[in-house]
Amino acid sequence: MSIRRRDLLLASFIILALWQVAAMLIDRPILPTPWAVLVVFWRDVKNGELIGHFLISLWRVVAGTVLAILTAAPAGLALGQSKRASRIFSPIIYLLYPIPKVVFVPIILLFFGIGDTAKIVIIFLILFFQILVLVRDQAATLRLELIQSVRSLGAGRRALFRYVYLPASLPAILTALRQSVGTAVAVLYIAELFATTRGLGYYIYFEGSTLLDYPAMYAGVVAMSLLGLGLYFSVDRLERWLCPWQYAN
Amino acid sequence: MINVEGLTFQYRSAPIFENFNWRVQNCDSWSILGPSGCGKSTLLALLAGLRFPSFGMVAINNERLTRPRPQTGLILQDYGLLPWATVRQNVKLGLDMRAFYGADGIHAPLSPSPLTSADSWLQRLGLEPVADKYPAQISGGQRQRTAIARTLALQPDLLLMDEPFSSLDAPTRETLQVLTRDLAAEQDLTLILVTHSIEEALLLGRKILLLAEPPNRVADIIENPDSGTPGQREKPEYFALYRKLRERMEKDAEKV
Repeated sequence: MSIRRRDLLLASFIILALWQVAAMLIDRPILPTPWAVLVVFWRDVKNGELIGHFLISLWRVVAGTVLAILTAAPAGLALGQSKRASRIFSPIIYLLYPIPKVVFVPIILLFFGIGDTAKIVIIFLILFFQILVLVRDQAATLRLELIQSVRSLGAGRRALFRYVYLPASLPAILTALRQSVGTAVAVLYIAELFATTRGLGYYIYFEGSTLLDYPAMYAGVVAMSLLGLGLYFSVDRLERWLCPWQYAN
Repeated sequence: MINVEGLTFQYRSAPIFENFNWRVQNCDSWSILGPSGCGKSTLLALLAGLRFPSFGMVAINNERLTRPRPQTGLILQDYGLLPWATVRQNVKLGLDMRAFYGADGIHAPLSPSPLTSADSWLQRLGLEPVADKYPAQISGGQRQRTAIARTLALQPDLLLMDEPFSSLDAPTRETLQVLTRDLAAEQDLTLILVTHSIEEALLLGRKILLLAEPPNRVADIIENPDSGTPGQREKPEYFALYRKLRERMEKDAEKV
């Protein structure tokens, strides 16, 4: 389900109002007012610092997402179309799927070390299973009659992929992304606490815990929220563009 | 010409056909009639090149079938339309597929006849008003018209239909039966229609292949020269044939 713009504005207003009231009641540096945060947010956007961290985080999420789609979607299609493969791999998937991927953060950091790779692998892991399971289930609903009809029009493997499997798996991929993009950003924050000096997670932690610049810390939280929201809306837009039949009537 | 020679086909060790022989002449129209599970759809899948015999062979125009043949059209009961494509895109699908592969002789004929446009078929089958709708937004009759337009746009010489009208209401079914008969005559098609309805078999098949409880060994052929002629259903021959087919089918059902 997509969010309506008016509802989003209303929700933002309610959060800002509650925040303002809480800031006034608490009246401590640890909870600055929205206005104070906005001023710092704008300062750090203008001087490019926040934009830089934002773009690094965005790159990590996008790279992990693309990697997950490129590997999980074909695997999901294969599992969905082959009962035998599904029988063999499903127990493995169900053993690994429920493990909260955040527990792998320290292990992945140990294996992949500092730099972008570890963060991208973490995002990849979160999205991989979600896409795999949803695409597999979607592919399993493709009836034999449909495949036979399209084959009778002359379709071989390549045309079946282009005209049947690819469009059939698109909604599943996008649903998986919409469901997991929030988790991905949350886990990215944890991953960016370690072994990096770039990314919104680092910015939030550094400003809050080291510099004790609370308005800047909140500006980072706002940027992270915008990152999640932007990704969510991008997926929504993509779905309307790529899957118009889902919205017919 | 279709030549089924010494065909043996089994499904999970249960033989459906055993040393079965059958011939179909070009431009003829056949109905394949029989109770559920007698192998009607299996035979159609064998003719479509989607299944292959354990022994014997199926040949069309003296070429043994080893894969779906580009000049054969197949229409199934559940329409086989892509849910994510509009009616127009569905009708264009076969043409797109031919453009995708080019005239390779495998997925498309080597020397294709000049391609018809999808639009002319949309118009011919009265689908223009729903051309930009998705299959979920149109009626069952319109879906089957879309499937027919999609298949005929490829100018096949053989049209295979597997219970194409059984999920439609009676008036829509009758309209589409007449349309199919007219189009088959107009396009010089060899028509093979699988059905469990005696009326439909008599309306659309100049010859009827009656299949019985498997294994089928001998092609039981009933001539129906009046098929599709005006006033066919009022003639005493129609009722006699109807009764004969019904008795044969009931007898077979009793055996089971």
